[in-house]
Amino acid sequence: MAVAFLATVLASVVVVPPVVAEPPQPAKGRGDKCVMPTDWMRRNHMKGLIHHRREAVHEGIRTPTFDLNGCIDCHQVKGDDGKPVKISSPKHFCRTCHDYAGVRLDCFECHASRPEQKTETTTGQLERSPHHHTGLPGHGGEGDVAALNRYLEGAGK
Amino acid sequence: MMARITFQKLDDHSSFFWGLLAIHAVVIALGLGAFLYMEHHGHIVTGMNNAIVWGTPHVFAVFLIVAASGALNVASISSVFNNLAYKPFARLSGILAISLLIGGLMVLVLDLGRPERLTVAMTTYNFKSIFAWNIYLYTGFVVIVAAYLFTMMDRSMSKSGAATKTMGWFAFVWRLALTTGTGSIFGFLVAREAYDTALMAPLFIAASFLYGLAFTVLVLLTVCRETRTNLMSEEMIEKFRGLMIIFALSVLYFTAVKHLTSLYAAEHHGVEAFILWNGGIYTASFWLGHVLIGNVLPIVILAFLAGENKVLTGRTGIAISSVLALVGGLAFMYVTIIGGQAYPLDLLPGMEVESSFLDGVVASYTPTLPEVLLGIAGVSVAMLVTGLALKVMPFLPRAAQPE
Amino acid sequence: MSMKFEFPETCSEGAACGCAESDARPVAVAPAPTDVEHATVNVDPVEVGRRWFLKASAAFTTTILAPGVTLMAFGEADSAHAKPADQPVSAKQRWGLLIDAGKCEQGCKACVTACNEENGIATPKNLATDAQWIRTLQVKNPENGSTFQMPFMCQHCSEPPCVDVCPTGASFRRADGIVLVDRHICIGCRYCMMACPYKARSFVHEPLHDQKPEVPRGKGCVESCTMCVHRVDEGGTPACVEACAKTGNAAMIFGDLHDPNSEIAKRIATYRTTRVRADLGTDPGVFYQNI
Repeated sequence: MAVAFLATVLASVVVVPPVVAEPPQPAKGRGDKCVMPTDWMRRNHMKGLIHHRREAVHEGIRTPTFDLNGCIDCHQVKGDDGKPVKISSPKHFCRTCHDYAGVRLDCFECHASRPEQKTETTTGQLERSPHHHTGLPGHGGEGDVAALNRYLEGAGK
Repeated sequence: MMARITFQKLDDHSSFFWGLLAIHAVVIALGLGAFLYMEHHGHIVTGMNNAIVWGTPHVFAVFLIVAASGALNVASISSVFNNLAYKPFARLSGILAISLLIGGLMVLVLDLGRPERLTVAMTTYNFKSIFAWNIYLYTGFVVIVAAYLFTMMDRSMSKSGAATKTMGWFAFVWRLALTTGTGSIFGFLVAREAYDTALMAPLFIAASFLYGLAFTVLVLLTVCRETRTNLMSEEMIEKFRGLMIIFALSVLYFTAVKHLTSLYAAEHHGVEAFILWNGGIYTASFWLGHVLIGNVLPIVILAFLAGENKVLTGRTGIAISSVLALVGGLAFMYVTIIGGQAYPLDLLPGMEVESSFLDGVVASYTPTLPEVLLGIAGVSVAMLVTGLALKVMPFLPRAAQPE
Repeated sequence: MSMKFEFPETCSEGAACGCAESDARPVAVAPAPTDVEHATVNVDPVEVGRRWFLKASAAFTTTILAPGVTLMAFGEADSAHAKPADQPVSAKQRWGLLIDAGKCEQGCKACVTACNEENGIATPKNLATDAQWIRTLQVKNPENGSTFQMPFMCQHCSEPPCVDVCPTGASFRRADGIVLVDRHICIGCRYCMMACPYKARSFVHEPLHDQKPEVPRGKGCVESCTMCVHRVDEGGTPACVEACAKTGNAAMIFGDLHDPNSEIAKRIATYRTTRVRADLGTDPGVFYQNI
């Protein structure tokens, strides 16, 4: 009885992800290649994202390689309505693996989980530089990788 | 030479004791439920808004944190000022201080917008922030008082008394720093007319003495009922009576100096009129709650109505006064924290301002049930921790021996 | 184990990617400050009222005749500032705003609407709890009853009290003067809101959905005007400034306060400007004229 109560209390506090039996099949991105080799991305994507977030938010370094919006754009998954799905859908690129691994993801409490559904610029704002659309980084990206390497080395010490 | 003091655990429990613990446990459960509710829906389910950013949880949290440092009074008087009469209660004073602080901190943490990021608060610091200093002051307080208790309770250490005295001094200085830090959370706010004064620190210290003593007395009286023995001699009651009068007078003194100083400057006439004259609930909290119930009545009762051959016994008088002081303490926190925010910021001095963001008007705030429950749960956490501590370790003296 | 990794071989394809576009558009110079109307520092309320009338008429005409010219003249005057995307912002620049309350049209909320749209902020329904990054202040002089309107937002102080008090360092000032909240480390304690002399900040009281990709926002964190940092980093102008220029009022200018040749710096050097609660020593980056 006490155990049952405890379990109930725990269940109400801890978010239990849905059990997924099959290994995940995350959606492929556009283009032939990701910004980094798939194997590397599987293990280290979060390091790239965290490093980029620090630089982007605090120093205004807005390189494309590890820009979350780039991942979201390239790896969008279309839903039944033809629009990219949001994180509320289990088909969402990030969720496929995170559900399977049972790793809680809170990025999308704040970040948009799909590319902007925008048809025209309404306020005549500047067209955004299309950072993320190639799926491959340019020379800015090499700088990104070098910076990430320095960061990882520093973190290892 | 006093008789050797012996200590006891609470072990012979009455239904009264269990009943109290159960009540506190229920209140804590309700408080945690309120926290989950607030966490799920966001602060929209509280009365807090973009003008009153700190609400009822902060009233309780700051009240408990201030009281925590004051609860150490008795131990300090015993170790630092060598007054042996207080020594039997030094251990209780220490554990109560830790419990009150834990209760207050719990409320503060559970009210955060992102409580799950507590680890961030514990690992990422901006050392210019008085809030960041307070995180050290609070955690340090728990560690230091715990060490202080150890020096009191460890057989070999307590024998010489040197370690206890050293730790007693350390804890005494630390608790003064802690309450200075807590007062300065408000004192450092340059833009808020109701705060922005170095007097917030000594005012909070004086208040901490009063509320801490009131908590100590009430816990002692409750435990007396539980042990069915008289833990406090009449002599002790007299000492507490005198202390409480002095503490209440000093709170009144700092309150008067703060407001008189502010009143002297024409620029603050608006905010002072709001607090002292036409601020509705805040004016009522100030005069009726803080001044009358929290300080004047306890002084009147203790000085004129309680004692030998008076209307009330000393024991009843100090019990009533302690309750009044705590009620007044909550009122003081309410008018300080919420009243101070309700008065609008002076964006363009000399001009009248209005906007969609409700600039220039007194902010409205109505506490909701969840935030009140969370606040009260902090008090219950403090009391439950104290109750359980008294059960597992010998913090309490045995019955007072007539000398 | 080495964490080092090599970049994949083929990466030339997107070589252009990552560079902000260079702004090749013509940059028109704003009307030279010879206009008596602008040059006055007189704040006589009657004069202010008269000026509104004149300005409103002028605005109307301008809107009809030459919106494009006005846009370039006011909104984009300092937009040729894009830095390479991989370079950090530096203290060589300090972004700021100059707002001429004399040109701010009574009742106009173009800046507010544009801000909400740009940043994905819902039109506030609950005025006490909903986020408002920019608002228009209706100001009245109780001595003589004169009134004016001015847009008001985070003042991007160089001595920001919100940054001083933030326990985690989530509230910070970028090297180029823009004051931001790093929502990744904001714990939602709201001490910055207690400390801000300008009531510039909002707390997100409810879960949000459908945020803009460039403007992440979420429940439980504090936020405020970012000076449209995502646009500024790409060489753009804050949405409010742009919208104000579009109305023809052109009451707001954005630019680099440290560049003596920028329109904003030149104007600040020429006219008497005021900063809100300058007495507090916060050194705001938002300057006002005619308040």
